[in-house]
Amino acid sequence: MKIEGDLLREASGEVGRPLPRSVAHAVAVASRHSNVGMGARWATHVNGWLLLLPAAVLLVTFTHYPAVATFIGSFFSTPKGARPAVFVGLDNYQAMIEDPIFWQALRNNIIYAASTIPLTIVLALFMAVAVNTKLAGRSFMRLAFFTPTVLPMIAVANIWLFFYSPGYGLADQALSLFGVPAHNWLGNEHTALACLIVVAVWKDAGFFMIFYLAALQQMSPHLSEAAALEGASRWYFFRRVTFPLLMPTTLFVLINAIINSFRLVDHIVVMTRGGPNNTTALLLYYIYEVGFKFWDTAFAATLTVVLLVLLATMALGQFIFLDRRIHYQ
Amino acid sequence: MKWLASLVGGAVLALASPAVAADVELSFYYPVAVGGPITKIIDGYAADFEKENPGIKIKAIYAGTYQDTLVKALTALKSGEPPDIAVLLSTDMFTLIDEDAVTPFDPLLTSDADKAWAKSFYPAFMENSQTGGKTWGIPFQRSTIVMYWNKDAFKAAGLNPDKAPDNWDELVAYGQKLTKRDGSNVSQWGVEIPSTGFPYWLFQGLTTANDARLMNDAGTETYFDKPAVIDALRYWVDLSRKEKIQPLGTIEWGTTPKDFFERKTAIMWTTTGNLTNVKTNAPFPFGVAMLPAHNGRGSPTGGGNFYLFKKMTAEKSAAAIKFIKWMTAPERAADWGIKTGYVAVRPDAWDTPAMKQYVAGFPAAAVARDQLKYAVAELSTHDNQRVTKALNDGLQAALNGTKTPEQAMKDAQQEAARILRSYK
Repeated sequence: MKIEGDLLREASGEVGRPLPRSVAHAVAVASRHSNVGMGARWATHVNGWLLLLPAAVLLVTFTHYPAVATFIGSFFSTPKGARPAVFVGLDNYQAMIEDPIFWQALRNNIIYAASTIPLTIVLALFMAVAVNTKLAGRSFMRLAFFTPTVLPMIAVANIWLFFYSPGYGLADQALSLFGVPAHNWLGNEHTALACLIVVAVWKDAGFFMIFYLAALQQMSPHLSEAAALEGASRWYFFRRVTFPLLMPTTLFVLINAIINSFRLVDHIVVMTRGGPNNTTALLLYYIYEVGFKFWDTAFAATLTVVLLVLLATMALGQFIFLDRRIHYQ
Repeated sequence: MKWLASLVGGAVLALASPAVAADVELSFYYPVAVGGPITKIIDGYAADFEKENPGIKIKAIYAGTYQDTLVKALTALKSGEPPDIAVLLSTDMFTLIDEDAVTPFDPLLTSDADKAWAKSFYPAFMENSQTGGKTWGIPFQRSTIVMYWNKDAFKAAGLNPDKAPDNWDELVAYGQKLTKRDGSNVSQWGVEIPSTGFPYWLFQGLTTANDARLMNDAGTETYFDKPAVIDALRYWVDLSRKEKIQPLGTIEWGTTPKDFFERKTAIMWTTTGNLTNVKTNAPFPFGVAMLPAHNGRGSPTGGGNFYLFKKMTAEKSAAAIKFIKWMTAPERAADWGIKTGYVAVRPDAWDTPAMKQYVAGFPAAAVARDQLKYAVAELSTHDNQRVTKALNDGLQAALNGTKTPEQAMKDAQQEAARILRSYK
């Protein structure tokens, strides 16, 4: 297609120089056999689509159709028993704007994302650099950093629930060595969300470390040797060479971290159930509560639309704006 | 039309297999995670029932927590294949009725024996099982709140280790003696009343003692801002903030028994369902008592009921009634109570030889039964989870000091009234 187009453009004399005879011949042949060419191309398309079909069916059934159905559902009332759903226009959105718990969940989620994402990335990078150097017990360190990732979130949350127990939990026992009195970490409106942020960072940092570690291992040793010859300090080398070269990985990690901060609420179910007084309710947890505890499916659909729009905007923004500024090798 | 359809269906079946009567298979959703001791007990019951009743098969489906089981049952209903029988929270009654998911028992209980059976349960348990003059649930695994105390801690504080605080003032007085302070640190608290997950339930242990009710029988009105309710909340908040005998902030339900075993608290309030747990794990002698009284006495009931789902054939519902009757027979109710710690749901279960022997060896088991005469229905209304959340949020805000008890209960009442306005 593309070649043909270029050839035609040349043939039309755009380039302004005489056409080589062989090319002119090729164009003539191509146009004479265009019917055959169309058929073959059509077959290629069908072939391609057939290959895509299994994946496409799954995507449409489990991703696109539910998203569209959710969007449509947000304009209807919740069917209850004998009462079917009726079209209510923007009523659900109006109710959402008036719902203080929705705003609180959104605010909580923004605080949660704005804290977990940078903390996780910095920690993951730090750990990756640490275990990338030649160090006694390096494999053990790598294993230790990676272990939290392997554990299921429910198990992690149950462990941390006891870490945070007032008095005899690990957190209080460690702090009591410095004479700090016992705290009711999860039972206090001011500390509960921070406690959950720590759990999320602890859980995800090891996972992202693996990506950074893989990227670091791919990096050519010539770069550091050249930098050493030029007399660059290690910090300068990291800042000007290593970190820019890690940017594609950082983008990947960033997207995953953002998705995780809106997608993973298992620890909230185990540790606080959104309490005390909604201070740890994240958006997805609130959607679960509205959908499967209150059985207000229409309102849950409305909240889901907001979450989808938020995530889609962020993903698009990242790909469009950040992608341009990243150096791919 | 329906009888015609089932008649035709039956005729087709009869033609297809003229000699052998087809087995009736009942799907039975039960709220427990797969594996573990409870699953084995239920499997054992189902097998015994099938042996005694050839022709009926019980397909037990273990669906996780109460919440998971409700989600699965209602999702199955919406996809057109509801379970036949399920054990779900007694408080989900209004939700199940509003979803048009369940059918009342009354039309199916035709013989005198059936009618007598429906009346054989403790009235306290039936409060959450009946509304609008119909019976929607049959009590199965029910519980109440009781108070556990550490006898060693009582002795160390100079208190009579065999006497629990019997009223609110005594609870404060004992609590002050039991709280061990060392500078700003507290090594042992006087009392813990948990306040996460379902604080409203524990709160009912206080409101009932203050002679207040939280809702009407029809489940259309709540009374959260009545003075007696606010006073009960003030007492709860004061335990932490004024008397300083209870930790500040909300207290995690799940770790409260652990706090008790670790001697972090000398007294705890929790469900009778924890009796076996405490008996196995407490490293000290402990006592079990009724909740302390104030202007009255009492505790809410809790736990799960049998429900019958709609869309069952006459044949199936007859088999389902047979199964539920079998599961709640006095011997089984006694056996179930002994094995799990749930309160046996009918008086005659306590007269069985097995239960008498158990209570003689472990008198604490009878405390829950004796408290039943003071028990009230657990908070349950239309749009139940939303209304209870309004109350829970208010309770947690008050316990955290972000709202005064008055303000918290006024806000909760306003929100509950807003939610319930369409059910009047």
